[in-house]
Amino acid sequence: MAKKIALLQGNEACAYGALYAGCRFFGGYPITPSTEVAEVMAKELPKNGGKFIQMEDEIAAIASVLGASLTGAKALTASSGPGISLKQELIGYACIAEIPCVIVNVMRGGPSTGMPTGPSQSDIMQARWGTHGDHAAIAVAPASCQEIFSETVRAFNLAETYRMPVQVLLDEINGHMRERIELPEPGDLEIIDRQTPPVSPDQYLPYDPSFGDIPPLAAFGSGYRFHVTGLNKAADGFPTTKAKLVDAEERRQLRKVEANRELIEKNEEHMIEDAEIVIVAIGTISRSARNAVNQLREQGMKVGLFRPITLWPFPERRIAELAGQAKAMIIPEMNLGQMILEVERIVKGACDLHGIGRVDGEPITPSQIMEKIKEVC
Amino acid sequence: MSFDYDKYLRPGKLPHIWCPGCGHGIILKGLLRAIDACELNKDNTAIVSGIGCASRLPGYVDFNTLHTAHGRAAAFATGIKMAKPEMNVLVVGGDGDGVAIGGNHFIHACRRNIDMTYVICNNFIYGMTGGQFSPCTPTGDRASTTPYGNPDPVFDISQLAIGAGATFVARSTSFHAAQIDKLIAEGIRHKGMAVIEILDDCPTTYGRRNKFRSVVDMMKRFKEQAVPVAKAEKMSKEELDSKIVTGILHREERPEYCEQYAQVVKTARSL
Ligand SMILES: Cc1ncc(C[n+]2csc(CCOP(=O)(O)OP(=O)(O)O)c2C)c(N)n1
Ligand code: SF4
Ligand SMILES: [Mg+2]
Repeated sequence: MAKKIALLQGNEACAYGALYAGCRFFGGYPITPSTEVAEVMAKELPKNGGKFIQMEDEIAAIASVLGASLTGAKALTASSGPGISLKQELIGYACIAEIPCVIVNVMRGGPSTGMPTGPSQSDIMQARWGTHGDHAAIAVAPASCQEIFSETVRAFNLAETYRMPVQVLLDEINGHMRERIELPEPGDLEIIDRQTPPVSPDQYLPYDPSFGDIPPLAAFGSGYRFHVTGLNKAADGFPTTKAKLVDAEERRQLRKVEANRELIEKNEEHMIEDAEIVIVAIGTISRSARNAVNQLREQGMKVGLFRPITLWPFPERRIAELAGQAKAMIIPEMNLGQMILEVERIVKGACDLHGIGRVDGEPITPSQIMEKIKEVC
Repeated sequence: MSFDYDKYLRPGKLPHIWCPGCGHGIILKGLLRAIDACELNKDNTAIVSGIGCASRLPGYVDFNTLHTAHGRAAAFATGIKMAKPEMNVLVVGGDGDGVAIGGNHFIHACRRNIDMTYVICNNFIYGMTGGQFSPCTPTGDRASTTPYGNPDPVFDISQLAIGAGATFVARSTSFHAAQIDKLIAEGIRHKGMAVIEILDDCPTTYGRRNKFRSVVDMMKRFKEQAVPVAKAEKMSKEELDSKIVTGILHREERPEYCEQYAQVVKTARSL
């Protein structure tokens, strides 16, 4: 059967991906360049048995999302720049209380109000470390509109599987650009729903490690009465300051991602097999990088692209392998050097690293990447 | 027969963290009597709070309980109610939590007239953090951060709620224990945003710094200053100056938010 084709903006593809994944609640607050996600959800959710609410600010937006998620609804919020900064406290709340949700960050320049209509990738580190305290993080960074759709679906799957917030990182360019996409039919993409507790309410503890590292989350109003808090808590969900219990809970939460890296990680490799120069790039800038690779290959240079689609957890094992094979790695990113720090930490001097940073509101172009490569290699 | 609080308290969670003489315990008891009077189903009831001494209340009671972040209770509660309108949603928290850091969420929950019952425990102070002044600390009073007397004017929480659009607003004090449950019950039965402000006592961080050497002094003040609405209506503004008007201050019918959204769903589906 012929696939349904649509011409969609990245932000629209993101919203339709969320609906495909079964999202039934959106809490938002308008901010450029993310607003179209909210606009599509406002239009589509009421038709699909869902709820849309525009809250009084971004903190309220994510708070409403967490409240809705606790009732069992798959829930989404979307924002950008200052709005993402405002959400940080409650992203931490979602981590410690282990409440699934998806947060779309259409990155714009900053800090502060920065460049509302300019693209950026300057929230790479914020997506990992934005909220205070030790915590695990998952973030995906799709490049094309088609991939924005499917990665938003995967973000919901990851949030529900690992019982935690998952961030989708777009930027002003791929959020706003329009591309032809094939709309998946129901069943084409895997959809993971939240596990329900396999025990009766009187036996249920919301953070019971005997279920493994990811205990199932019961829904409010389903007969399982339990307590949720942002304080460090024991397996029963009630606050504790007992050193052993706090330590065990904290470590379990980090293990959820650490022990499942292989299932969470997703990368794309382009002409990497014999590459002596490896470009590591994400999202919009990976498109410039791919173009540069293709052009340089025509000129006989052994260049390849490594593209983390899952940005966090960072693909440590593969980057380390590639550092063994490559003479140099080139890291173009629309910031002044964030992802390169992570690469450096992993590569530990095994090959040369060269960053290309850009924060003037313009994307890094293929020729900029090619020039850099010719200059340093 | 005496009321069986154990029916609603979580086994093994007492003693609570509150100081001897703290008013929050009186409010807890009133809340449970109100819930009982309204025959709320435990499985179908969520109690949401922010951060502070008052906000520790949900941990002790056997419902779907959510102890959120400082100030954010009303916004979390809005998400619960929107996603599952069939649930009864109650919010409990302090004055600082509700109208300082959470003030924006508070007024917008009132404006939406979303069906929830917000019990706000106004002890005029940030109790949990050791007695810094709140927006409700009387001007001139002492707090740990107003060593020379509080220069700030005071928020009147009930008037704020009325102004912001709450459709049921009532006030009482921790002295009037027998009135607290009646007002909360009325609030629960009311369809729309109900705010019940209970003035209460923090002997540890507010009373001891001010003129209230003991809990009894504070209770005496509540007793002497309280004026029921009906009586207050006959009094002049000057006469009411140092009084606390108690009872149901405001009640009106206005479309409730989740019902309004149900209309949105209808329209969206008919197109
Ligand atoms: C974001 C944030 N800011 C500050 C605090 C510190 N804090 C905890 S409780 C509290 C005040 C609580 O006062 P109130 O809401 O009146 O409750 P009470 O303790 O008086 O019952 C403050 C400032 C916090 N937990 N989170
Ligand atoms: S510090 Fe004040 S508000 Fe907190 S428990 Fe003690 S008396 Fe109550
Ligand atoms: Mg207080």
